[in-house]
Amino acid sequence: MAITQLSAFLENTPGTLYQAVSTISDAGVNLRALSVADTSDFGILRVIVSDTEKTKAALSDVAVCTETKVIAAKMSDEAGALKKILAIIQETGVNIEYVYAFTSAVAGNAYVVLRVNDVESAEEVLAKAGIATLSDEDLEGLL
Amino acid sequence: MSNYYQKEIETASREEILKIQNEKIVKQVKHVYENVPYYRNLMDKKGVKPEDIQSVDDIKKLPFLSKDDLREAYPYGLLGTDLKNCVRIQSTSGTTGKRVVAFYTQHDVDIWEECCARAIMAAGGTNEDVCQISYGYGLFTGGPGLNGGSHKVGCLTLPMSSGNTDRQLQFMMDLGATILCCTPSYAAYLGESLAERGYKPEDNKLKAGIFGAEPWTEEMRKSIEKSLGIKAYDIYGLTETSGPGVSFECEEQTGMHINEDHFYAEIIDPKTGEVLPEGTKGELVFTSLDKEGFPLLRYRTKDICILSRKKCSCGRTHVKMTKPLGRSDDMMIIRGVNVFPSQIEAVLLKEGYTPNYQIVVDRANNTDTFDIYVEFAPEQFSDKIADVQAREKALNAAMRSMLGIGPKIHLVAPKTITRSEGKAVRVIDKRKLHD
Repeated sequence: MAITQLSAFLENTPGTLYQAVSTISDAGVNLRALSVADTSDFGILRVIVSDTEKTKAALSDVAVCTETKVIAAKMSDEAGALKKILAIIQETGVNIEYVYAFTSAVAGNAYVVLRVNDVESAEEVLAKAGIATLSDEDLEGLL
Repeated sequence: MSNYYQKEIETASREEILKIQNEKIVKQVKHVYENVPYYRNLMDKKGVKPEDIQSVDDIKKLPFLSKDDLREAYPYGLLGTDLKNCVRIQSTSGTTGKRVVAFYTQHDVDIWEECCARAIMAAGGTNEDVCQISYGYGLFTGGPGLNGGSHKVGCLTLPMSSGNTDRQLQFMMDLGATILCCTPSYAAYLGESLAERGYKPEDNKLKAGIFGAEPWTEEMRKSIEKSLGIKAYDIYGLTETSGPGVSFECEEQTGMHINEDHFYAEIIDPKTGEVLPEGTKGELVFTSLDKEGFPLLRYRTKDICILSRKKCSCGRTHVKMTKPLGRSDDMMIIRGVNVFPSQIEAVLLKEGYTPNYQIVVDRANNTDTFDIYVEFAPEQFSDKIADVQAREKALNAAMRSMLGIGPKIHLVAPKTITRSEGKAVRVIDKRKLHD
């Protein structure tokens, strides 16, 4: 199952990330994961949140946003776990655009977020290999 | 004692010059009226007949020509003779809409090259000189004009064209170039490049440089003179009137002598079109006096300047114009290329962007920087940096193909470009080109 990631365009100037994060915070939404990609001119803030709709409504007031389907694959929090997942994806020829990771409050649980060019194929091979992936519903109660 | 190409005419008395101008203008107006229907219509509309023009004093009765007329008449509407009599075209950079195509007969090429020869000799050139021409060759008038002038003077001509700095420096040093012709920013760049390679200003054989096609300051002149160990001369011209050499500087370096036996200059109020007295700042208007292929009467250059008839120590008697002090329209000259905001707007719309943009022009290391900030639409946003950068790259390519030079594109979020009093500030020029 793929999950929804929100991305926001931020100017590369002091205070813009603060403004975006405050907006999410003021909306009472909890951040599950976050990553910022940057260039000298701008950055793209990518977040996984407990309530995507609410976050999008709030964040749209301060930044241009877009939704993207990404895969959050569960992995054990130990050496070699990411390697195993990447090996499976690599075999299918699916290209990974970017990647980031987060851990959950449950000890030993970690997730890798994969933005790929072919979500369906990636999901299929991961499922076949018995690797669990998160759904949007999972995000709400994720610990 | 100055160095002249055509001493008699260059130092002729005011009366002699007027006599020549008066004879030529009668013929030129008749030629245009008979051969250029577009201008004949303008004259008819204004109720002016060729016989109403008996001297240069009558020129003020004639209708103006603007860049819009040139655009409307593109390509052949202002052609002054049969194409079979023409031997050459030159053209400005820019879009089809803004592009100017000028036609030359052999006579036109000859007078143009003579004007350039006068400029080269005013800068001290003789047939013993090695003249390195690093203006672009091709449709641009810079290279071909100075090339022809250099031939006429009898210099050994190095037709380098622009770019390829290593080769420029190699020929400059190995062949002992004594005169350099290029844009002032490129001259500054060549000076820096020589220094970077460990050369001192006295290591080269250059004595003079003839620089034009873009605005430059006195400060820049001093810096170029120092870095290359030369005297730097300004030259002015535009494709519409032939190219460089319409006017040029002498050793006094206090303005550019207009070749008055070929071009009649007026200064007008850009708003009312009224002719202003000598010494007043206004828009420069040129009337060609003896052109065949592309004769233009009362062409509005949009350049703001001042004319002066103060006696010049070089002995030349032709009127002098200041460097352009500004523009009466929104044209910018960036790295020697004419750029209109309307062209940028056209590209943005064509590429699917809103016309919310800001142009920032500055000068770093004596070269113009050219940045365009463009607002993208929300649906154009992607979560991938590579997508945003690909959009910037595509827009840069589209701009380059339209303008001839590539700006750095910065995509910015919607509604973020500064608007002052509700109106967006389209152009920020930080170059301080006018003293």
